[in-house]
Amino acid sequence: MNRRDFLKQSGLLLAASTLPLSLVEIAFAKAEDNFSFAYISDAHIQQIKGTQFVRNWDRGLMRAVAEANLLDPKPDFIMFGGDLAQLGKPEEIDHGLEILSALHQKPRFVLGEHDFYLDMGEYWAKKVSEHHYSFDHKGVHFVVLNSILTHDEWSNKWSSPEERMAMMAGLDNPLGSPFMVGEAQRNWLKADLDKVDKTTPVVVFSHSPLQKIYKGWNFWTDDAEQVQALLKPFNKVTVIYGHVHQIQYNQIGNISFHSVMATSWPWPYPSTYAQAEQFLPKLTVEMNRADPFFERDATGWQLIDIATGNTAVHYQLPENKPRTVAFNPETKRPEDSEYQQQREVPQTHY
Amino acid sequence: MLNYKKMLIVLALSLPSVVNADEFTKADLAQWDSEFQTVVKQGRAAFTDPALGSNGVVCAQCHPNAANTHPETYPKFQKQIGKVISLWEMVNWCLRNPLEGQPLAADDPKMTALVAYITSERKGVKLEAGKH
Repeated sequence: MNRRDFLKQSGLLLAASTLPLSLVEIAFAKAEDNFSFAYISDAHIQQIKGTQFVRNWDRGLMRAVAEANLLDPKPDFIMFGGDLAQLGKPEEIDHGLEILSALHQKPRFVLGEHDFYLDMGEYWAKKVSEHHYSFDHKGVHFVVLNSILTHDEWSNKWSSPEERMAMMAGLDNPLGSPFMVGEAQRNWLKADLDKVDKTTPVVVFSHSPLQKIYKGWNFWTDDAEQVQALLKPFNKVTVIYGHVHQIQYNQIGNISFHSVMATSWPWPYPSTYAQAEQFLPKLTVEMNRADPFFERDATGWQLIDIATGNTAVHYQLPENKPRTVAFNPETKRPEDSEYQQQREVPQTHY
Repeated sequence: MLNYKKMLIVLALSLPSVVNADEFTKADLAQWDSEFQTVVKQGRAAFTDPALGSNGVVCAQCHPNAANTHPETYPKFQKQIGKVISLWEMVNWCLRNPLEGQPLAADDPKMTALVAYITSERKGVKLEAGKH
């Protein structure tokens, strides 16, 4: 599928609705090698009691699933980017899996902190997916990392698993703990990448950003630099992450970073919190403030095509003009095709 | 200027010496701040309380550190409601909708606490009532 065909298709999708999933296209010099995949993330399925779940978050995930099933041509595979549950409960994970079971393809999973800190990922490993793994698809090496680990002292100091989960679930809770990939997994990653030719495009999926943005909300991975160092020998690397519930993008050396949007709710940019220093990549032109009266606002879906290993992300945004963030070969970084040079007035809203 | 000062002295002398109503001490300030901080803490507790609404959703879930509440812009014309409203009315909108709960009275101590917390997180930001 070339971009023009995609845009035609995305126009159709846009007419259907605007949905929080990401279609990712990997484009190669030979068109027959191109492929795409969809990316759904941060559903935060939340149990009220028994079989009652928070309607708003359910609806977000159900819409994404319905939209993913409409994609034509069909994506090669579907990723789920983590935080399927809100408080890690088996009931929440099961309910999320039930909604995802309507997908025409079985998704692959990234683990989020909301899926993990109740039982340290035990139910996830049993029922959903390995915590970290890699796979190859049509000449691209994909790596899924568990980036939401933290120190054992923190994990072991709470009086109950529920207390530990609640402490980590509060994004702005000062009693939380910074995320990390950890030494054991970095060693695994090094061994995994040693087998891969350095000209092979590498795409890494993590839940938290593998770059440091704002520690107060865990838009952060403590050992990000060490993970980046392992990715440095490769010509073309893309890191795709969830967790932040907003558009972010950045370029660090050879690594392009792109966030995906949430199906549940959007988060304000850390810069809107007046009391703290933060490091949102200067490159990122922010999304509009969300309209709370439209539940699905500030969610959306994006196409990411990785033409010869470089990324272009097309965001479809409800109540706003679509945006494209594409790799600029001259400046060697992702840039917003329309708003990059008018940072003061990207879009006004409410 | 001199006359004014003289007048003040005369006035002061003419009053009983126990009256110094326009002075307050550091101890007063500390106490009042402590009263305020207590209510801010109650507000933060309500802001993260799954029992505030009916579905377990908490305010902080969408508003970490009360970000994106822009208390400095209220009262303002709330386009979606179609009239000028105060911050507490928008808090009640959130209680009814994302939290699927019951609204609070404007002078409910819990509402005062919520507004105190939200506003305290925006300390130092200039007032801009009506801004969008």
